[in-house]
Amino acid sequence: MSVEHHEGVHRHPAPTGFIRKYIFSVDHKVIGIQYILLALAAVAVGMVMSLLMRLNLSWPGTSWPILETLFPTGAPGGVMNPEFYLSLVTMHGTIMVFFVLTTAPQGGFGNYFLPIQIGAEDMAFPVLNMMSFWVTLLGFIVILLAIFVEGNQSLGQLFAGLGPSFAGGSGTVGPIGGWTGYAPLSALGKIAGPGQGAGMNLWVISIAIFCVGSLLGALNFITTLLNMRTKGMSLMRMPLTCWAWFTTAVLALLSFPVLLGGGILLLLDRIAGTSFFIPSGLYVSGLLSGSNPNFPLHTGGSPILWQHLFWFFGHPEVYIAILPGMGATSHILATFARKPVFGYRAMVFAIFAIGLLGFFVWGHHMFISGMSPYSAIAFSVLTLSIGVPSAVKTFNWLGTLWGSRIRFTTAMLFALGFVSLFVAGGITGLILGQSSLDLAMHDTYIVTAHFHLVMGVASIFGMFAALYFWFPKMFGRFMNEGLGKIHFWLTFVGVYTIFVPMHIMGIVGMPRRYASFGEYEFLKTLHPLVLLVSVAAIITISAQLIFYFNVFWSIFKGKKASDNPWEATTLEWTTATPPPHDNFAGVLPTVYHGPYEFAVPGAPRDFVMQTDIDTEVPSGNGHNGHKH
Amino acid sequence: MATMVTSTRPPVIKKGSGRGPSLPGPNGNGSKRRGPLPDPDSRANRYRIGMWVGLASIAMMFTSLSSAYIVRYASANDWLPLAIPRAMFASTALILISSVTLELARRKLKRSFQNAYTRYLLLTALLGLAFLSSQLIAWRQLARQGIYLASNPHSSFFYLLTGAHAVHLLGGLLALGFLWVRSRRVLSEPALIARRQATADAVTIYWHFMDGLWIYLFLLLFLWR
Repeated sequence: MSVEHHEGVHRHPAPTGFIRKYIFSVDHKVIGIQYILLALAAVAVGMVMSLLMRLNLSWPGTSWPILETLFPTGAPGGVMNPEFYLSLVTMHGTIMVFFVLTTAPQGGFGNYFLPIQIGAEDMAFPVLNMMSFWVTLLGFIVILLAIFVEGNQSLGQLFAGLGPSFAGGSGTVGPIGGWTGYAPLSALGKIAGPGQGAGMNLWVISIAIFCVGSLLGALNFITTLLNMRTKGMSLMRMPLTCWAWFTTAVLALLSFPVLLGGGILLLLDRIAGTSFFIPSGLYVSGLLSGSNPNFPLHTGGSPILWQHLFWFFGHPEVYIAILPGMGATSHILATFARKPVFGYRAMVFAIFAIGLLGFFVWGHHMFISGMSPYSAIAFSVLTLSIGVPSAVKTFNWLGTLWGSRIRFTTAMLFALGFVSLFVAGGITGLILGQSSLDLAMHDTYIVTAHFHLVMGVASIFGMFAALYFWFPKMFGRFMNEGLGKIHFWLTFVGVYTIFVPMHIMGIVGMPRRYASFGEYEFLKTLHPLVLLVSVAAIITISAQLIFYFNVFWSIFKGKKASDNPWEATTLEWTTATPPPHDNFAGVLPTVYHGPYEFAVPGAPRDFVMQTDIDTEVPSGNGHNGHKH
Repeated sequence: MATMVTSTRPPVIKKGSGRGPSLPGPNGNGSKRRGPLPDPDSRANRYRIGMWVGLASIAMMFTSLSSAYIVRYASANDWLPLAIPRAMFASTALILISSVTLELARRKLKRSFQNAYTRYLLLTALLGLAFLSSQLIAWRQLARQGIYLASNPHSSFFYLLTGAHAVHLLGGLLALGFLWVRSRRVLSEPALIARRQATADAVTIYWHFMDGLWIYLFLLLFLWR
C-alpha cells in the first residue's frame, strides 16, 4: 500500500460496478464524455429553438398544428405569439452559451485530454471534478424546469405559495429577458409581464448553479496544470491546447464569481424586495412602485449596475467559449499540415493577451446604455487592440499551413473552417468595437451575425474538429470520414448562407429580437433574404442529423483505430486506445521534446513524439518556428 | 536539413538547459528526484495551490459585491447608514484570536506536537462558533429595531455581505471539523504526514483569508457609509 501513496499512480483503483464506472465516476475521461453528452443534448434543444424562431420570422402568421400540440399556451391555433418568440430568444441564448459553448470545449475535451496531454494520471481533485459535472447537470435541469414552469399553468401555481414573484404560468414557454437578463425587467417579478414569474427565478438560480459548477472545474484545471505535469513537461513543452484550457480556466475562475455576485443581487431584488437594480418611481403594468402589495416600493437602484456586473463576466465568457477552439485548431493544423506550429511562443503569448484584454473591454457591450464618451473611447481602443493578438494567431495558423502538404481529414477541414469563421466573424468586431458605429448598429442583425459567426459557430467548429480528431482515442474507432466530409461541407456552406445575409439585414436596419416585422415598410424588401436564411438554417440543422448519426454509429461500428492513427506527437497518442483508467498503465511518461516536432530533418519518421528518447531534434526545429 | 541525427544516443540529462532533450523537474519546480514518477510532495502541494486558486475566485465574488456597494452608494438618494452593532466589535476580536489559535495549531502539527494541535483546533472551532453566534446577535439586534434586508440599501448590503461571509466561515468550520476528526490518527508514512500538513495548511490559509475578509468588510460597511 505504501508504494501507491508514494507514486501517486493508482490513487483510486479502477471501479468495477456500472454506476461507479459510468455514472458517478471520478475518472476525468468519463466525466469529459459526460460533459460532451450534456452538450450534445443541450445543443439539440438550442437548435430546435432556433428552428422555431426561423419558422416564425419567415412565415409569420402561418399555422403549424404541431406547435399547438406541443405548446398550447405559446402557440394558440398553431401561430406563435410574440411572448413565445421572445422566450425562445432567451432560452436559445442561455442554453447555447452556458450549456454548450462553456461545457463541451472546456469541461468535455479539456477534462478528457488536459491530464493526458500533461502526463498526469487524473485531475488534481477527482471528486471535485465529478461534483462540477453534476452541479452543471443540475443547472441544466433547472433551466429546463424554468421553461415548463412558465409555460404550464398548474406547474406555475405550485410555486405561487412562495410569493408573488414565484407564480408562473404566464402562457409563454419560458422566461423572457434575453441571455443577458437586463434589469429592471428581469428584477421586478411577475408584475413586469409574461415570462417574469417563477421561470425567471429559476433562470437566475440555474445560472448561479452553473457558476458554481464552472468554478469547481476551473479550480481543478488550474491546480492540475500547475501541479501535475510529468517529468520533462515544462510549460513551453505543453501543447497549445493545454495553454488554451489553462487560460480559459483562469478566465472562468475570475469572471464567473462576478456573475454569481450579480445573480445573488438580482435574485434578492426579485424575491426579497431589495432595490439593487430597480430604480425609483417605476410605473409598470399600470401600477406605480409601492402602490400595490404585488409591487412593493423600490427606490434608487441602478439598472446599469447589472449590465456592468453581467458584462464583466459576459465578455470573458466569449473567450471561454472560443479559446479552447483556438487551442484545438492550432493542434490539429500542425498535425495534418505535418509542420510545427509556426511561432509557438507567439501563440502562447497571444492566448494570454486575448485572455487578459478580455477583462478590460466589457464596456463595448454597453455603448448604447449611456456612457461617458471618454469611457467609450477607452473601451473602443482596448477592444480594437484585441485585433492584434487575434491577427498574430491567424497569421501563425496561415504560417503553419504555408508550403505544407495538407492531409485533408474531416478534423482538418473543421479546423480550417474554424480559421475561416474566426476571421469572417472577427472582422466585424473591428466595426462594432467603435462606439460611433456601434450606436447605430448595436440592436440590429449585424450584431447577431457577428457573435454567431465568431463566438457561436467558430467555437462549434473547434469542437467538431476536436471530436473528429480525438474520437479514435476516446472510443477506439474512427468516425466515418465520408459522412464527416458531407457534414462539413453542408455545415460550412450553410452557416455562411445563414449569417452573411444577416450582416446586410443589420446594415439596412433590421432590429434583432423582434418577433415580426410586418409593420415596417422599409424591411419588406428584405423578406426574400429572410426566407433564404431560414431555408439555409433548416438545411444546416438537418445536416447535423448526419453528425449525430455518425457519432453514435461510430462508437459501435466505426473503423478500428490504432494507438496513434494520425501520426501525432503529443502524450495522448503514446498511450493505449482508449486510455486505461490511470491513463498510462502505471508508469507516467517522461517528456523529451516540444509538442509539435513534425518534419524533423533526419528523424526516422517525419515526426518525433514527445516521449521519443533516441531522437535528437536539431535546435531551431519545432517551437521556434523557423526550421530552415 | 542541415543537422545530422544519431538515432541511438541516450538522452543527455542536463539541468536547466531548457532545450533539446534535457529534463526539467516535474512541475517545473526543480525537484531533485530522478525517474518517471511524480514527487511525493507534489500531491501535498496541490492542496495549497488549489486553496489559493479557490480563494482567488472567492475574492472576485466579494470584489463584485463591493463594487456594487460602491456604485449603489454613489448613485443613491435613499441611503440610510446603519450604526455599528455593538456585537460586531466582539465578532472582530473573536475572529482575530481564532486566526492566532489556528496558526498555533498549524505550527504545532509541523513540530509533530499532535495533542497540542488537536487542542488548538478545537479552540479555533469554538472561537469560530462564537464568532457566528456574535454575528447572529448583531443581526437580531438590528431586526429588533425593525431593520431588515429590504429596509434600505445599506441594510441590504449589510445583511448580504455579512451573510455571505458567515456562509463561507461555516464552510471553514466544517473543514476544521474534518481536520479534528483526522487529527488523532497516528501516521508513520511520510507521504501521509505531508498530506495532513498540507490539508492543515490549506485550511489555515482559508481561515486567515476569512479573517482578513471580515476586517475588510467591516471597514467597508462602516467607514464607507
